[in-house]
Amino acid sequence: MIRIVLPAHLKALARVTSEVRLDLDGAAVTQRGVIDALESQFPALRGTIRDALTDRRRPLLRFYACGEDLSHEAPDTPLPDDVASGREPYLIVGAMAGG
Amino acid sequence: MSSVRVLVGTRKGAFIMTSDGKRERWDVSGPHFPGWEIYHLKGSPADPNRLYASQSSGWFGQVMQRSDNGGATWDTIGNAFAYEGDVGSHLFYDGTQRPWEFKRIWHLEPSLHDPDTVYAGAEDAALFRSTDGGATWAEMPALRQHPTGPSWSPGAGGMCLHTIVLDPSRPKRMYVAISAAGAFRSDDGGESWTPINQGLHSEQIPDPSAEVGHCVHRIAMHPSQPDTLFMQKHWDVMRTDDAGDRWREVSGNLPTDFGFPIDVHAHEPETIYVVPITSDSHHFVPDGKLRVYRSRSGGMEWEPLTKGLPQKDCYVNVLRDAMAVDRLDTCGVYFGTTGGQVYASADAGDSWNVIVRDLPAVLSVEVQTLA
Repeated sequence: MIRIVLPAHLKALARVTSEVRLDLDGAAVTQRGVIDALESQFPALRGTIRDALTDRRRPLLRFYACGEDLSHEAPDTPLPDDVASGREPYLIVGAMAGG
Repeated sequence: MSSVRVLVGTRKGAFIMTSDGKRERWDVSGPHFPGWEIYHLKGSPADPNRLYASQSSGWFGQVMQRSDNGGATWDTIGNAFAYEGDVGSHLFYDGTQRPWEFKRIWHLEPSLHDPDTVYAGAEDAALFRSTDGGATWAEMPALRQHPTGPSWSPGAGGMCLHTIVLDPSRPKRMYVAISAAGAFRSDDGGESWTPINQGLHSEQIPDPSAEVGHCVHRIAMHPSQPDTLFMQKHWDVMRTDDAGDRWREVSGNLPTDFGFPIDVHAHEPETIYVVPITSDSHHFVPDGKLRVYRSRSGGMEWEPLTKGLPQKDCYVNVLRDAMAVDRLDTCGVYFGTTGGQVYASADAGDSWNVIVRDLPAVLSVEVQTLA
């Protein structure tokens, strides 16, 4: 079970009020796998975290976990064990921008 | 008794305002999609409960929304806008060629007859269509692939397709306008396009009378005279009476002919409205006075409409999609400002009342006349 923390605007789009918990059903615990599962469960999020056509991370979003910035990691790199086990959340964060 | 529903897109959400036919007391709902830029929302002429909205954000990209109950509730719809075939490139500010890259939807134009069909104008300039209520979108690529495409370049607001006009008398005829490429017409349902910029004169481009490169700000049509179009260009107010084959200037006695919106009275096809703006470097109304100008003769002779509008210390702009008219017997006129005010006139512009005055900057105003 993976725990995902979304920024406020994406919580509103997904119509959730707290962190999201996903079961990856044996899929690889990678950033790509997590976001694939997230978009599958919440289709309203498609295209908002990564470009709907290129799968590139949106420039003003960051991915954090376990105190590390994973934004520039390859999408198929395994996530830390503490994220895979649900001890630590995977954070999708809107960058501080815009004043 | 008839009623009206005003759909307002702002920098930080959408608002829906309703009133009875008197248009004196208003109920305001919103913000819908708070915190998001709502470039445009518009209702289907075939089913007024069907609304479409373009929701976007610098962080989260493009989201599309649909309501089937007049804006009471909304659901996300498809937001994948893929350019078809060879993406190609266009002229950029620095003189280089840049690949087309999707940024956002500026304008939505629902079909006149089918609630599930809707057109969407994109930045970078392209025309998309959905025939399944917005679930999926397909580009109509002939426009972007027009031979002049590589010479199109962005205006200050980006290279946006911001105007889509459907001809009610010829189902396959439609018009679009792009900043800064100009106006285009299709007579075959979007299979091919013709630049219709003859008569436009833009001193900001190397050849002021070039086939493309003009910064058209908006085009309006009255359904009873579909061959007559009115245009607010970057500078100059123009009209054509032959479906765009030739334009002529009708700025006449306007205090300045720079501006963004232009619209036509619902029942008087020669009565038109503009909001003159000081200049392209000021982007606010002249002399601190918010004045709508009305021509009852299809241009040239204009009168200022000021009753109820601020006439001192006012420095707002009115953007291209931020004016609309209703179809009640005494035509209502509506517009929103970058200062967050939405004004309504229930007497064709003779007098104005403010519906709300402290919204985020208004990007678009549409109105539905409901039975």
